[in-house]
Order: sequence, then C-alpha cells, then structure tokens
Amino acid sequence: MSVDISQFHQVFFEESFEGLEIMETGLLDLEDGADLEAINTIFRAAHSIKGGSGTFGFSAIANFTHGMETLLDEMRSGRRKVARAEVDVLLSGVDCLRGMLAATRDNAPLDLDAVAATQRRLEALLQGASPQAGAAAPGPLAGNTGFRVRFAPEPHLFKTGNDPVRLLRELCALAPCAITVDVSKLPATAELDPETCYLSWDCVVEGEVSEPQIREIFEWVEADAEIVITPLAAPEAGAPAALTLAPPAVERRADDDRRQNEDRRQGDRRATAPANAPASSIRVDIEKVDALINMVGELVITQSMLSQFSQDEEITNLEKLREGLLQLERNTRELQERVMSIRMLPISFAFNRFPRLVRDLSAKLGKEVNLELNGETTELDKTVMEKIGDPLVHLVRNSLDHGVEMPEVRLAAGKPAAGTLTLDAYHEGGAIVIEITDDGAGLDTGRIQQKARERGLIGETETLTEEQACEMIFHAGFSTAEVVSDVSGRGVGMDVVRRNIKDLGGVVEVTTKQGEGSTFRIRLPLTLAILDGQLIRVGDQVYIVPLVSIIESLQVRPESVSSIGGARELYRLRDDYLPVVRLYEQFGIDSAAKDLEDGLLVVVEGDGRRIGLFVDELLGQQQVVIKSLQTNFRRVRGISGATILGDGRVAMILDIAGLITLCHGGASTGSARQVAIKVA
Amino acid sequence: MSLDVTPTNSGPRADGVAATAEQYLTFMLNGEEYGVDILRVQEIKGWESATDIPNTPAYIRGVINLRGTIVPVVDLRRRFDMANVEYTSTTVVIVLKVRADAVHERTMGFIVDAVSDVYNVTPEQLRSAPDFGIEVQVDYVKALATVDDKMVILLDIDQLIGADAAFGDAAIVPH
Repeated sequence: MSVDISQFHQVFFEESFEGLEIMETGLLDLEDGADLEAINTIFRAAHSIKGGSGTFGFSAIANFTHGMETLLDEMRSGRRKVARAEVDVLLSGVDCLRGMLAATRDNAPLDLDAVAATQRRLEALLQGASPQAGAAAPGPLAGNTGFRVRFAPEPHLFKTGNDPVRLLRELCALAPCAITVDVSKLPATAELDPETCYLSWDCVVEGEVSEPQIREIFEWVEADAEIVITPLAAPEAGAPAALTLAPPAVERRADDDRRQNEDRRQGDRRATAPANAPASSIRVDIEKVDALINMVGELVITQSMLSQFSQDEEITNLEKLREGLLQLERNTRELQERVMSIRMLPISFAFNRFPRLVRDLSAKLGKEVNLELNGETTELDKTVMEKIGDPLVHLVRNSLDHGVEMPEVRLAAGKPAAGTLTLDAYHEGGAIVIEITDDGAGLDTGRIQQKARERGLIGETETLTEEQACEMIFHAGFSTAEVVSDVSGRGVGMDVVRRNIKDLGGVVEVTTKQGEGSTFRIRLPLTLAILDGQLIRVGDQVYIVPLVSIIESLQVRPESVSSIGGARELYRLRDDYLPVVRLYEQFGIDSAAKDLEDGLLVVVEGDGRRIGLFVDELLGQQQVVIKSLQTNFRRVRGISGATILGDGRVAMILDIAGLITLCHGGASTGSARQVAIKVA
Repeated sequence: MSLDVTPTNSGPRADGVAATAEQYLTFMLNGEEYGVDILRVQEIKGWESATDIPNTPAYIRGVINLRGTIVPVVDLRRRFDMANVEYTSTTVVIVLKVRADAVHERTMGFIVDAVSDVYNVTPEQLRSAPDFGIEVQVDYVKALATVDDKMVILLDIDQLIGADAAFGDAAIVPH
C-alpha cells in the first residue's frame, strides 16, 4: 500500500507558514504580558508544524521545532518565566523555521549554519543559561560530557513501523557513541519470531550533547520502549577547556551528516517530482462558498424557467419573460460579485508582518515606536495584496528611518519619546485606501529643494511649492538622508514604490507638516480583475478606456488647435496645451474620422501626463472583466488587456500610460514628432 | 457552429494498424494538404469575425472570444504568403495548443481553407523535408508524408510560432 503523500506537501507548507504567522503574532503579544492562552496558541502552532513535518519526513524541521516546543512547554507549564530573552530566541526560531520550510518547499539546500546557530541558542536557553552566557560560561554544560542511554524496546516495536537501527544511527550522528547490544533475551533460532524485537541496547554517548537532543531521537518510540538516560560522571578539572572547543566540531559533524541525508532526500524528491512548481491557492471562507452554491442554484432555476418558457408554442405572456430575464440579470450580477469576493482577503494578511518589522527595526535604529493598525478587516484582491506587500514594507521602513526621530530629539521637541506609526486601511468608492502615518519630523521641504538643486533636478532659481517638494521624493535617485543606512537612504525605492503602485492602477501621494509628521496615502483598485470602462469607437473598432484615467471629454474647437514643427498637434484647453493623439493613426485604422471636428477629444491622464485622445465617438460605460492578452499572445504596446463585450466580441483595453509614452517619442512615431514639449 | 474533436490515444493502437503510427488532422490551404498532430487540436470552429490587434502583421487576424478566453487567430494563407481569398462557408479556424516552452502552452486559432481528413501516419510514410536553401524557410515543416499517393506537409506548429518575432516576448503569465 503506498500513498503518494507529496500531493499533500503544498497544504502542509501553506498551513505551516500560517502557523508561523500565528506564532510570530503571538510571540509579539507575549512581550506585552504573558497570557496562558497566548502561549497555548503558539504551542499548538509549533506542535502542528512539528507533527506535519515529521509525517512528511522533513526531519530537520521536526527536530528543530521540537526544541522550540520544549521551551514553549516550559513556559506553558509555568516552569519558565516569559522574558525578552526567550521571546527573542523563539522569534529567531520562527525566522529559521520559515527559511527551512521555504528551502524544503523549493528543494533548495537548508541554511544549516543558521539552523545550527539558532538551535544552539535554543539549547543553551533550555539548559538554564541565558543565550549569551551559554557560550561564555560552560559551567552547566560542562557537566554533561555524555550520557548512558539504555534503549530497551518492547517486543512489538517492529509492528509500529520503527526501526531501531535508524534511531541508533541518528544517535551516532549526534556524537561519538559506543553501543553494546544485549542479546540475552534472544531465543533459539527455531523459536525466533522475526517480527518480534528481542534486543536491547546500551549506548554510551560521549561529547557535549544535551538530554533533550537524545530524547528527541527516541521521541517517537517513547511509548514502545524503555528509555533510560543517565548522565556520565563529570570529567576532571582540566577538561573543560578542551570541551568548550570541541562542541562546534561535533555539531558540525552532525550537521554534515544531516546535510548529506537532506541532500539525498532532496535528490530523490527531485527525481520523482520534477515539475513541482508552486501553485498558488487561496483558502476561502466556507460561507462564501455556500453563498455561491446558492446563487448557482438560483441561476439554474431561472434558466430552466426561461427554457420552459421558450418551449411554449405561443409566446403570449411577455411579462413573464421579462421577469425571468430580470431575475437572470440579478442572479448573474450577484454571482459575479460573490465569485469576486472569493479572491478577496482581509488586509491583515499584508499588515501582519509589520509588528515584527517595526519591533526589529526600531530596536536597530535605537528608536521607540508604537505601531497602530486600523481597518485590518478591509478586504482586497489577493493579487493586489501580494503586489502591495513590498511597497508597504518600503514605506514603513522609510517612515521609521526618516520620519520618526530619536527619543531625545522627540523629547526636546516636546513630543513623547515613543513615536507612533499608524497603518490604516479603508474602502472609499470602489477603491481601497491605505495610509501610513507617522508623528515624526515631517518632510523638510527646504532640504528637498536644496537637494533637488544639487542634483540638477530643478533650476538654480526655481522654487518648489510644498506639493512639488512632496512629489520630488518619488523621483528616481533622490534621498535626503544624511547617512546612507542599510535601512533606507540609498535613494532607490520611493520611485520604485510609486512605479509598483502605478502598475497596480493605483496612486501614492504624501502630505506632510514639518515637525508633526507625514502621511503616505495609497489608493488602489479593489481588484485587478474588473475595471470601470468607457467604450469608445474609432472607425469600426471599439476600445475601452479605463474610466479612472479620463479627465473630461470635449468637442474640438478648431481655433484651439495649433501645431509644433508642422507635425505635432496641440490643443489649447483653458491654460494648458495638450498634445493630441489620433488613435486611428496610432493603431492604423482606416475607417475612422480624420477631421478633428468630426470626433471627440478625450482628455486622459497617465503617469502624471495628459493627452487629448482623438476618437470618433463615445459609446456606453460598463464594468468589464479584464482578460489577459499575454496568456495566448504577447504584450501589445498601448494595450493593457482585452475584454469580452456583451455581444461576445472582444474589445481591447487601452493602456493610457503606455500610449502616452508611445507618442512621447515612442518607437512607432517618426522622428519629426519627437519634439520635446513642455506643457506650461 | 463548433465541432469538438475528441483526440483519443486509443485510435492507432486499438485498431492495430501499427504501434508507432501517429494521427494527423489535415487541412487544405491553396490546394495543398497540410497536417498537424491531432493531439494538439482542441477544436474546430467556423470562421466568425475577429477583433484587430493594433500594430501586428497582417497575418495575425486578431483575437476571438473562445468561451471567455482571448485567443489570437493566424491566417495561414497570409502567413505562407499565398494569395488571399474570400472566406467561404468551408473556411474554418482550427484551435491548437502551441507549446511556448516546457511548461506553458498557448491556445491559438489558425484559419485554413477547409478541414480535410484524419490520417494514421507510420514512420515508413515519412520523408524529411527537402532543403530549399536559404530562399525558402521551411523550419516549420516537420516532415512530408505520403498518404494514398498524395503528399501531406506535416507542420511543426511550435516552431512556426516560436520562431516568429510577432509572437515574441513570450507570455509567461501565471493566470
């Protein structure tokens, strides 16, 4: 009987990563005050990871988690007080585990040095010494120069699927080991039952190992064997010096063995499952699924009602048909909303990492920061969530580094020593808004202006308004940090943040008040799958312009059109000159209106620039489902995707920012058109 | 109108023709008969209109809606620089799975004059494509097969699409 358990790997990894999040959150809460329930939660999460990894044969992970579990168990039973040292070690354990899990999932080699280092800290703590003291004062450790282990399995051991040789081999991997076998219970060959274990072993383990390490090896057979572990006598006075040097070597040997085992195992796995690409999945609230099932049921009923109706030979009752269609429409719309909601996750998934990040970073920077999270239940699309993570991290780091001042500076300014960083999320008219607010120094517009001059981003005499100065920080290569720290200040980042957010169809802006702090405000579409679109017609083609990028649409007044270099047309709109882009030219459509007066100018904005898009006619507005053009074809310049219209035809969705770049000296335009235009 | 082709592996093996025989769906193009591996065929559709994709070569007729999926359609006549003809009632779109790389597949439609037949082709019937020199690019011709004294040109559809810059910047999107 063999079951391919690798099919469950993905679920295991997903659950384990979730478990790690729970542990991390719980540990951070522990710092504020120990609470038995919180410890229990952490313990349970650790226990599931251990159990799961044991089942799947990820023994390195199981062993490691076991150490953490032991520590947690002591905390749970009240034998150990919860202090910063413990939390620190456990947190680094969580990091370590995350790395191990990720490496195992990706079939990558484990970072065994990091694992061993963390494991040493854990063990040092377990043996009563504080992690730092462990290495310096070998006192309590030096006593444990070895153990005598008596391993006497019950006769039925083999039936439980355990192999004593494997256990003993693991013991040998831990430290040099002398094993003697006790064959006294062995019967005559004729009476021997091959499925019964008659043997027992007596092992002398030498070197610096701890009792928990040994217990761990025999953990799974504890119930089926008699295991007695007694420490060997303490060595003579001269020995400790040698002993303190010895452990790393022993540890390393054990590591090497483990690494080899691990490599072998990974090799096997690679051979059996070559295309183990991580598929992404989401866990969905059962209520959402139930609601969907209901909706589909309704849809089926409506459908059968309509089809029954069509079988009626004479259609006399039009009222009924209309009713059915109306119901169908309601059902489909609701169904669509429900299906979309499956992809929606609360933003706490993205926010969860920040307590830890802020804790670590503020400690590193020597600042005191309180983090406040609001609106964690606000939902947004999973894809958006995944892509907003990094920009958010960057903004938070930035606020901690540049925004919040050092405690003494804050006190001098009459502010509390601890700064406050607030993350807010809320819905606002079909979009989600995330705000990152700090009560720090705010942006120094004077410095920004000075820096912008130094970098030649603005002229010597130019002055920036407050708004323009705020914009400046999103400029590539701009940083006003005095010293380049490894946190931020290299001047890469803010421009990337803005670009990433733009790619998601969002905007980021900053407001600031010097001395009182600044707020970064990110506005994102709730989903990347649906878009509010304006249908436009150019010749016989229908295109969709995202409604968010349309400023206004207007009839062309011929007297407002002028040109530059004879080729580039400008349209005077109030005090601005807009470049006119004739869509039929860009896309090579013959059947379109050529005379500006025969069509409309749609003023659109993308990437902070505006153009007037010349189209034949505006059609309706509608929500469209975005379909990828890339899946089966490739990227097309000026087109962000496609959608299917009500009549089943495909329509292209315009990529406004791409179109603007295209006509600002893009590849498909002639050289005569590459006249740089500075719109006043 | 849509006709589903259910490619069955059992075909050549079950009827005992030859263990190594492969099945090909053939179609007509300007009087010539071309064949594609039948396992790649997803379906055959009648020609309806397509939506233009701006700034693409003329042989890419645009994209169609295949039950919610956006599928690009290639006019094979134009692709092979044959004379254009009006689309008739026999003009069909053969929807094929095209391999972009080891993992990813693209679904694409190919407009042909008419669907012809399904043949079992054994290795003995195959001849390698002649070398026309650099004048005529025939990388996408996998082999020539003789069936019932007719010549069938077997196409390597992955090569035809993969080597074409118009389909470049291959689309590996995790959707």
